[in-house]
Amino acid sequence: MFVYILKRLLVAIPVLLILIVFTFVLMYAAPGSPFASERGVPPAVLANLQAQYGLDQPFHVQIWRYLVALLTEFDFGPSFIYRDQDVNSLIAQGFPVTLTYGFWSFVVAVLVGGALGILAAVRHNTWLDYLAVGVSIGAQVLPNFVLAPILVLTFTLWLGWLPGGGWQGGQWQFVVLPVIALSTSFMASIARISRASMLEVLTSNYIRTARAKGLPMRHVIFRHALKPALLPVISYLGPAFVGMITGSVVIDIYFSTGGIGQFFVASALNRDYGVMMGITILLGALTIFFNLLVDVLYAWIDPKIRY
Amino acid sequence: MAKTGVLCTTALLTLALIQPAWAQETHPVTGEPLAADQTFKYRMLDQFPSIDPQLIEETVGGHLARQLFEGLLTQNADGTLRPGVAEEWSSEDNQTWTFKLREDARWSNGDPVTAQDFVFAWQRAADPATASEYAWYVELSQITNAASVIAGEADPSELGVRAVDDQTLEVTLAQPLPYFPQMTVHYTFMPTHQPTVEAHGAAWTNPANIVSNGAYVLEDMATNEFIRLAQNPEYWGADDVIITEITGYVINDANQALTRFQAGEFDMMDDLPAGSYPRLEAEMPDVAHSVPRLCSYYYTVNHTESGHEALQDVRVRTALSYMINRDVITDQVLQAGQAPAYSFTHWATADFELPEIDYSLWSQEQRMEKAMALMQEAGYGPDNPIELDLIYNTSENHKQIATVISQMWRPLGVTTKLSNFEWQSYLEIRGNQNFDIARSAWCGDYNEASTFLDLLTTRNANNDGKYSNEKVDQLMLDSVTMSDPQPIYSEVEKILAEDMAILPIYHYTQNFVLDPTIRNWPTQNVENNWYVRDIYRVAAD
Amino acid sequence: MFATKSIADDLAGSPTIKGRSLWADARARFFRNRAAVAGLIVLLAVGTFAIVGPFIAPWNNEDIDWTVLGNVADGGRPSFETGHWFGTDALGRDLFARTVQGTQISLLVGIVGALISVVVGTLYGAIAGYFGGRIDNVMMRIVDILMSIPYMFVLILLLVVFGRSLLMLFVGIGLISWLDMARIARGQTLTLKGKAFIEAARATGVRPFTIILRHIIPNLLGVVIVYATLLVPSMIIYESFISFLGLGVQEPLTSWGALINDGAAEMTNGTLWMLAWPLFFFVITLFGFFFVGDGLRDALDPKDR
Repeated sequence: MFVYILKRLLVAIPVLLILIVFTFVLMYAAPGSPFASERGVPPAVLANLQAQYGLDQPFHVQIWRYLVALLTEFDFGPSFIYRDQDVNSLIAQGFPVTLTYGFWSFVVAVLVGGALGILAAVRHNTWLDYLAVGVSIGAQVLPNFVLAPILVLTFTLWLGWLPGGGWQGGQWQFVVLPVIALSTSFMASIARISRASMLEVLTSNYIRTARAKGLPMRHVIFRHALKPALLPVISYLGPAFVGMITGSVVIDIYFSTGGIGQFFVASALNRDYGVMMGITILLGALTIFFNLLVDVLYAWIDPKIRY
Repeated sequence: MAKTGVLCTTALLTLALIQPAWAQETHPVTGEPLAADQTFKYRMLDQFPSIDPQLIEETVGGHLARQLFEGLLTQNADGTLRPGVAEEWSSEDNQTWTFKLREDARWSNGDPVTAQDFVFAWQRAADPATASEYAWYVELSQITNAASVIAGEADPSELGVRAVDDQTLEVTLAQPLPYFPQMTVHYTFMPTHQPTVEAHGAAWTNPANIVSNGAYVLEDMATNEFIRLAQNPEYWGADDVIITEITGYVINDANQALTRFQAGEFDMMDDLPAGSYPRLEAEMPDVAHSVPRLCSYYYTVNHTESGHEALQDVRVRTALSYMINRDVITDQVLQAGQAPAYSFTHWATADFELPEIDYSLWSQEQRMEKAMALMQEAGYGPDNPIELDLIYNTSENHKQIATVISQMWRPLGVTTKLSNFEWQSYLEIRGNQNFDIARSAWCGDYNEASTFLDLLTTRNANNDGKYSNEKVDQLMLDSVTMSDPQPIYSEVEKILAEDMAILPIYHYTQNFVLDPTIRNWPTQNVENNWYVRDIYRVAAD
Repeated sequence: MFATKSIADDLAGSPTIKGRSLWADARARFFRNRAAVAGLIVLLAVGTFAIVGPFIAPWNNEDIDWTVLGNVADGGRPSFETGHWFGTDALGRDLFARTVQGTQISLLVGIVGALISVVVGTLYGAIAGYFGGRIDNVMMRIVDILMSIPYMFVLILLLVVFGRSLLMLFVGIGLISWLDMARIARGQTLTLKGKAFIEAARATGVRPFTIILRHIIPNLLGVVIVYATLLVPSMIIYESFISFLGLGVQEPLTSWGALINDGAAEMTNGTLWMLAWPLFFFVITLFGFFFVGDGLRDALDPKDR
């Protein structure tokens, strides 16, 4: 297992390199420039802007410089739009925020979603099942850009219980609404997936055997059914993680939390090459790491998988 | 260590001294009872890319700069000039300007603000090494050698600005410019503190490093979340400043921002959600405001070969313009007090007199009739339809207007392909003339008609439709040296209308909601320049 | 208690009858599931709405009702008199016609996206999982790379470089949608691979691709279908997200996402119908997909045979 993990981590390096080159190429293929402005920039100034950011160099020099700075100093370079800041400081400000509400959303989604799904499966075709399915579908179909304003209208404007946005260092009252808005659809997905797989497991032969032996239901579920039933859920965690990062765009736009989700789209729209590369690498590394984690978890739960 | 202690004590003492200004609980001039809480919170549409005066290029940063920094001149509530760091200014020939600086102007670290600070800042703005996207503004101001400094052909020290002594700044222009003092209000011309800039480089605007000379100092900020400014005790006019703290919240989504405003989270927001103004005005007449704003909304017509060939025909352009029912757009789509536009220059521009433009006086039926005839004359119509590509950048308002106008053009046999692009792509597409019609807007950089009309001269970099008329070029050239250029501006507008160089649509208003306890808001300022040091909060009754 | 009983019922209720095909069997089981049938009926109704709607709508989706424009909160209410059965949007365009047209686009995007995902993703994942080793490693690293690219960026680029069109939307969504499915299919294949029937097939010399198509993929169907039913709505939600960012289909075309987004923006202006109608169709359709998907899962699951 250890060797496997090490191997995967080694593979991650070329993967990240390919990702960097790929993003670089896409970036340069895109029309528009970070320095385009409604007030047409004078050519001399534009030339200087380009020189200042090294855009006047040939492609291979640019990418080489970028990689060297990244690998030797862990320097993501300057932001092309936020000229008072560099990418490292932008990420350092935004990432902890995203991580905080992302973590809580993840916890809520997995625990509540998993519990709901298993409960529904165990009580298959009862009112509880229907209720759980209904609630989870309802939760899943409401786009978070509809949910977010409804939450703010309800809890901020009408009830006055929670602030409608901001972060203020992550005090709890600023975290609640973003977590609800972000976790709901993933919670619903997890509920549905875990319900489906639990149902499948419950009809499998070894569970029938266990039942036939007269083992109590609780015992069967927790000792025998739970682990295999979680496999598809674990498969889904990787995509859910990426989905949450994407969903953080809506959270950052609606709740002004100041996370990196905001940059995710804004940097591409503004052609902020520096931030775009930084975010891409960060997300790429995270995704690779998280997928590795999921695979390890998968192998741990399913002893049949050998590496 | 000891030094910091001393500084802190001084700051505290100064704070204690200015305390009475608002603690007396009535406004010193009007006598209104003041609220105990003198903070001002507002919504910012976006994270500002920079608050470095020479690097700012958009409105959010611009508003902050007006609180943090003070230029030579500032504006009164009605937009007229008032002394800032400069107490007096004069010129014999409108070409060499002398500004006398006040002696008590201080940076937030206690250093005196001198003429040298302005020389440094202005050279910095023009210096290609700074790579300021607003360098063009220095060029626009006609300061001697500005163009060659920006082009990198001359050293920044050759810029026509000079510190005669600590309190005297002398500016030399390449040609007379009667409205030059107005131009110094702009943030590009605000001073910067040389030692700080040189010590910290790009990071000099960080809360820990920044030194500013305005009524407020930067206290704290979180990217994409908020910025907080505190009163600057070193500011020469600190005694008259009533608001003690300013907080700006970044809230992208307009509806979300409005909900939070209604929940009382902050005091002011502009850029209201599309279509929300009528309801706000009806429900909260003392909160919703609509005041003229020096911007024009128009459609750029592509006059080049890459545009639709029919657009080269003045009759087609005229027909398109006539078919636009501007009253529908202002009264039924926007519904926030905007004025229908038949001229490029905003009606509220200082001293500008709207020329008489025929079709502005007609009824819409007359215009439509005429448009149909013109179109037929030009050989187009329902039996020979035109398909036009209309580009606009992502925004609810632009989308609505484009949709409505495309419907208005249909009777002419014009089908419109609506193409929506995000901002950077849109700029590139528009800049490369890859369109037939492009949604455009222009905001005055100073309160004078030439800020609009210069745009349509042949060599202007922002003339994206590539409209070109020698007569217009010549007139605009002449206007610079005239003592009263207003008749020329009117004449240019008349030519533009005859040529239908652009399709004017409406003149902006600034629509915003403001907590009614906030007083003295400069509603008369058509440039939307507000200075928090002038406003105050009265006690709610 | 309930559970025990229902499992017993399940076991008793599915006797193995030789000679009936999987599909006939499945069909019978599907139609016994009331929720699934209800879901199917809803989907058929929505489909009919999308197809027949344009022929019965008194207005089309782009004409502005000038008498309503500017007074939508009052004049744009749903009403039989004005012919605006669903009311109008903020610009006085008929919401019925727009909902019909939005339904067409959204269904198309959802189905095409899910289809690409199912076909490409399942095959890809099954192949990777089945062959394992280096092939698996390479194939899944490719997925990793593709997944670690911010998909919004890819979409934005596509929509920007090639211009915004329905086709680009399909390509963009198709490019992304299969990745998750590939992961899931692979994960499941890894577990299946160790199963006796696969090993038996291999031992008897069945060709790898035949094993994948005959034995692996049918056994993946349960999860694939459940996931595909999750995917149709998520495709529709993706589309709406793209609309939310202003990169969706171009005006005057619209989609549920765009309509909901516009409606949500008008939420506080007293014109709730602008949100309610598209959201209603959106919700019932997704419910329909979910119930049908569940029904299919129960019906198709080869383990029940």
